Amino acid sequence: MARIIVVTSGKGGVGKTTTAASLAMGLALRGNRTAVIDFDVGLRNLDLIMGCERRVVYDFVNVINQEAHLRQALIRDKRCDDLYILPASQTRDKDALTKEGVGRVLEELSEDFDYVICDSPAGIEKGAFLAMYYADDAIVVSNPEVSSVRDADRMVGILSSKSRRAELGEEPIKEHLLLTRYDPKRVERGEMLSVDDVLEILALPLLGVIPESQAVLNASNEGVPVILDEKSNAGQAYRDAVARYLGEDLPQRFIRPERKGLIGRLFGG
Amino acid sequence: MGLLSYFRSARPKSAQVAKERLQILVAHERQMRDAPSYLPQMQRELLAVIRKYVHVNDDAISIQMEQDDNHEILEVNIVLPEEGAGRLKTPELRGN
Ligand SMILES: Nc1ncnc2c1ncn2[C@@H]1O[C@H](COP(=O)(O)OP(=O)(O)OP(=O)(O)O)[C@@H](O)[C@H]1O
Ligand SMILES: [Mg+2]
Repeated sequence: MARIIVVTSGKGGVGKTTTAASLAMGLALRGNRTAVIDFDVGLRNLDLIMGCERRVVYDFVNVINQEAHLRQALIRDKRCDDLYILPASQTRDKDALTKEGVGRVLEELSEDFDYVICDSPAGIEKGAFLAMYYADDAIVVSNPEVSSVRDADRMVGILSSKSRRAELGEEPIKEHLLLTRYDPKRVERGEMLSVDDVLEILALPLLGVIPESQAVLNASNEGVPVILDEKSNAGQAYRDAVARYLGEDLPQRFIRPERKGLIGRLFGG
Repeated sequence: MGLLSYFRSARPKSAQVAKERLQILVAHERQMRDAPSYLPQMQRELLAVIRKYVHVNDDAISIQMEQDDNHEILEVNIVLPEEGAGRLKTPELRGN
């Protein structure tokens, strides 16, 4: 039985796809059989971030409509044998997803995988609803910024009232907060909400803090999940988050500004 | 205290403002989330009734539903304008 994890936020552009790609890669690198599904039908992007855009033949909607078998649509990652990607359709709209269809695909994936990660589209409409409906865990992605925090709280309300687990009265979805695009320098200057501020408002267990990092753009340029960039802060922060998800107790590493040495200050600016 | 640091501390940091705004907003939205679905409509209708007698702003009324183990409490708060400022004359005297 796979554990189903939704990566969600409400607000758009906060780092869900970046997170889904790195989380999936991180779990797979540790030997877990992992599938990651793009629920952003009509605006698929996960394939690009994962670097498999030219290998897409069938997609999620084809499988739901039974135009293709799941194994025909799953793309095996070239870097990690335990990782598979199920791309979204580019030509359909969100109505192509149905509750029953999504349920069927997740059930089939559950037989073969340890983790199934659902990369949610923005908003609270059908695509986002179906991405979270069957989840066991939710990674709520937020930036330290007012509208993103507000939407994250809204999404938490939806997880606890509209999910399958809520409907059946089962144990609620396990929620985790991932704070991304964090800029410790701006926090120090009082220009950005701090981790503690956000935790005080949202009251969710903290999975990790991903710093604002140029490595993320470089990684997406190249189609490599940033977690594979081991030298970057963001890559290391994602590794820590994966380890915490798997139960390790690690301190937060990137929440204070880096202090450059004298040489760094003279030449690094 | 130097002039510079006076100006620095005079204005709260924007993150502090953000936090306070969010705390109020999120608390309010959570309350609405758990509230019965008829509450917004009831609020509008109450406002309409009150306005037959008193001029009040849209935000002059706040409704909260609180729940404990035994009962639910509906709390309606209406802020009336100051005497003379916004009150209508008694209905009988109001022209037609
Ligand atoms: N830690 C980070 N540092 C710098 N840039 C980041 C970081 N995380 C994400 N970004 C950038 O933010 C943008 C949005 O990221 P991403 O596509 O992952 O968000 P999303 O939540 O999936 O968006 P959508 O809601 O449109 O699906 C991208 O340009 C990405 O490169
Ligand atoms: Mg996305």
